Amino acid sequence: MSKILKNSELDISTASSIVSNTLNKCDDGELYLEDSKSESIILDDNKIKSSSYKSDLGYGLRAITGDVVAYSHSSDLSKKSLNESSKNLSSTLSSSNGTYNFEIKKTNKKYYSEKDPIEAKNFESKIRILNQVNDYVRNKNSSVRQVTATLLGEHRSIEILRSGGELLSDDRPLVRFNVSVLLEKNGRKESAVYGIGGRQNYDAYLDEKNWKGVCDEALRIADVNLNSKPAPAGEMQVVLGPGWPAILIHEAIGHGLEGDFNRKKTSAFHDLVGRKVASEGVTIIDDGTLENKRGSLTIDDEGTPTEKTVLIENGILKNFMQDRLNARLMNTRSTGNGRRESYKHVVMPRMRNTIMLDGNHSQEEMIKSVKKGIFAVSFGGGQVDITSGKFVFNCTEAYEIINGKVCSPIKGATLIGDGPSALKEVSMVGNDMMLDPGIGTCGKAGQGVPVGVGQPSILINKMTVGGTQL
Amino acid sequence: MLEYNNKLSEIVDHCISNAKKKGATDVEVGILKSTSETVSFRNKKLDESDRSENIGLSLTAYVNKKKNSVLSSNLNTDNLEKLIERCVEAAKITPEDEFNSLPDEELFFKKSDELDLFDETHLENNRKIDYLKEAEEVAFKNKEIVNTNGSSFSESKTEVVLCNSKGFKNGYKTSNFSAYCEVVSKKNGSMERDYEYTSKRHFEDLLKPSELGSNAAEFAIRKLKPQKINSGKFDIIFDKRISKNFLNYLSSAITGSSIYKGTSFLKEKLNKKIFSENINIVDRADIKRGNGSKYFDNEGVKIKNLSLVNKGILNDFLIDTYYGKKLNIASNGRSGGTTNLYFENGKKDLKDLMNSSKKIFYVTETIGHGTNIVTGDYSLGASGMMIENGEFVYPISEVTIAGNLNEMFIKMVLANDLQFNYSTNSPSVLIENMTVAGK
Repeated sequence: MSKILKNSELDISTASSIVSNTLNKCDDGELYLEDSKSESIILDDNKIKSSSYKSDLGYGLRAITGDVVAYSHSSDLSKKSLNESSKNLSSTLSSSNGTYNFEIKKTNKKYYSEKDPIEAKNFESKIRILNQVNDYVRNKNSSVRQVTATLLGEHRSIEILRSGGELLSDDRPLVRFNVSVLLEKNGRKESAVYGIGGRQNYDAYLDEKNWKGVCDEALRIADVNLNSKPAPAGEMQVVLGPGWPAILIHEAIGHGLEGDFNRKKTSAFHDLVGRKVASEGVTIIDDGTLENKRGSLTIDDEGTPTEKTVLIENGILKNFMQDRLNARLMNTRSTGNGRRESYKHVVMPRMRNTIMLDGNHSQEEMIKSVKKGIFAVSFGGGQVDITSGKFVFNCTEAYEIINGKVCSPIKGATLIGDGPSALKEVSMVGNDMMLDPGIGTCGKAGQGVPVGVGQPSILINKMTVGGTQL
Repeated sequence: MLEYNNKLSEIVDHCISNAKKKGATDVEVGILKSTSETVSFRNKKLDESDRSENIGLSLTAYVNKKKNSVLSSNLNTDNLEKLIERCVEAAKITPEDEFNSLPDEELFFKKSDELDLFDETHLENNRKIDYLKEAEEVAFKNKEIVNTNGSSFSESKTEVVLCNSKGFKNGYKTSNFSAYCEVVSKKNGSMERDYEYTSKRHFEDLLKPSELGSNAAEFAIRKLKPQKINSGKFDIIFDKRISKNFLNYLSSAITGSSIYKGTSFLKEKLNKKIFSENINIVDRADIKRGNGSKYFDNEGVKIKNLSLVNKGILNDFLIDTYYGKKLNIASNGRSGGTTNLYFENGKKDLKDLMNSSKKIFYVTETIGHGTNIVTGDYSLGASGMMIENGEFVYPISEVTIAGNLNEMFIKMVLANDLQFNYSTNSPSVLIENMTVAGK
């Protein structure tokens, strides 16, 4: 039974026969159906600046032969439109003579509830919370000049109709709560953002203790930055705090281990499986199975159940992250990393929750061992050049370390490193692993998908810090 | 009146009257409909084809000074009925904001010259493939080019219709053709990538495929065997691909919202000098075939030509209806941002800038998001070339460049090599004495 087709003029048996005919001589492919609802409510400058609700319905029909992918998508869920897509695919793959790969694993597991978070909480109470947030932040600190608070909720139902009529489905909730503040003191202005979220209802994140915690953290970071001095420039030791700073792992090594770049041999890691790519003691996994986490998925966007994939074990490169296409071409199996932003986008291997596991050092020990360096606690975003392996991320809260002591805060600076060598420079792995608060969105080839990261504190022997002070 | 689709016109009319019936005092409805076809090509053969048909309707209902919006890709009557109901009901319980309103009628776009934004040319996929094949073949003539990250060719056609309950109704069609080629070079264990990109309203204006391929190859090859330089102070030339970003930072710092809220390092700078007196910055929507050209903004307001910076002095902000009312200035048609934004040409040849000191870091690529619009602090990863005595001597990577935009703007010197390749365009830019962090 297709829930999504129920309200359209297209019935499942017609859809199924078009899909089977289209994919008859292909190696793989499917009809992906998506019905998504999302809302955003923004409080800005003491007012509800905007509130909007979006409902999006559409399909993407995909056919694969060899390494060639043909894709056609539309928001018109009709027989006519689907037939046109089918014709478009068949004409692109004119010489197809593949063997359809029916095999797809099943799962009974669920890592989140099916409920629509938007409908589970009424509109007025969402507005009330945003107003409480605004009052709380403004009353707590007299230097506050601006507060922006945002609620984002989403419910996405997906269905995957495979050749032969097999139907796989998933319902995914996702919410996020964000606060950004602007402080001004003695003529100086600084801003900071903090947020929480995941695949649950709003109420899991919005009890008073939770939302106040988010406000306090945004205020604390902005306040630290009001007293920051210009950052140093040059190569030095870097201690990264636990949790969100794991975007280092996501950028430095995660993207380079996605199957597509390695199948195409454009990743700096493509010939390093079985080789040492990180210091001993460094183990990194990509896990889609953590309950209610932002990067978790019961099945990926091709229908493959997700799993906990070991990428690096004790410094040795073990596995790449795969979707079905790249797995088939590399003679391996999909790891359940096939994801897409929406029905408007093709599937690519993408990360889920990417995590470095605990070692046995304490953060204190790391800081004590540093003569001159920085202690980076929080970050903005990061980016990587897969081919050269160079990656960056931007500190939003960092301190100077001098002779084993944490000293004054420093202004936001970009840190730059080389992916294949950065993890070999990790000299201590902490015992304080933390997941990020549920705020990450990863961009690749124009597609954004929700992801998570996590790590304990780590000490990196040398990275280049992009400050202004020589 | 421009031309627009009758079917879409009926839908917007229906939505407006329906929302009014349900209690909206004012309504704005827009529809964007687009069809696009993209072909990707890799290592001498087709890699991916993607055909997309998108339609999106957005409706904002005002109940006096309260408002709410809905968006949907599902235009069937029942669905719209439900959404409009939801929207009007939500508007009724959203707190009031005295500045919420449709634009003032006298600011509505009425008529304009034909801007030639639509080219009906349709390329069958095999013609797109031929274009990409030629680009890749030219790139692979260089022995250092060992792989491609893929090339792609896109053709898209878009129609917009916008209508509001104060009587504005108009629409128009645009087209876009774009091609991208990214290649991988390799030599003695060093692997680099680079790209060339071309995007135009009309097919005939695109770069020739051979140029696309040879530029991408040249850029990827010159990056091979990069060095990491010692930290220090350097004069920096920003390649045109990068220098246009300065205009993006400027525009986000002078939008109505960041000025009103004070979240901009340029908040107090209206009528003050922010660049040297040789610098002029223009934003105009009426360039024929311009990538950023439009007839009216997202609210139907006519788009004024702005001389944003004149002889170094900041003259104007980017204003929409809401922040216009808050700041008590009329909207200049910038709901939806800038249009064709550019620095007017400088006086010097790029060659002169390259000879302006003994050692110059020529930045061809930046990485990261380290620009803070509140403070103007700037810190990004960078790669490029070292220039010594006016000549490129070796590539540089894994370094950062840092400074503050207030200071960088004042110190900027422009070359005279402006080209209109994107919607935001800049000539090459020299900034003296910036901090580079390397070894």
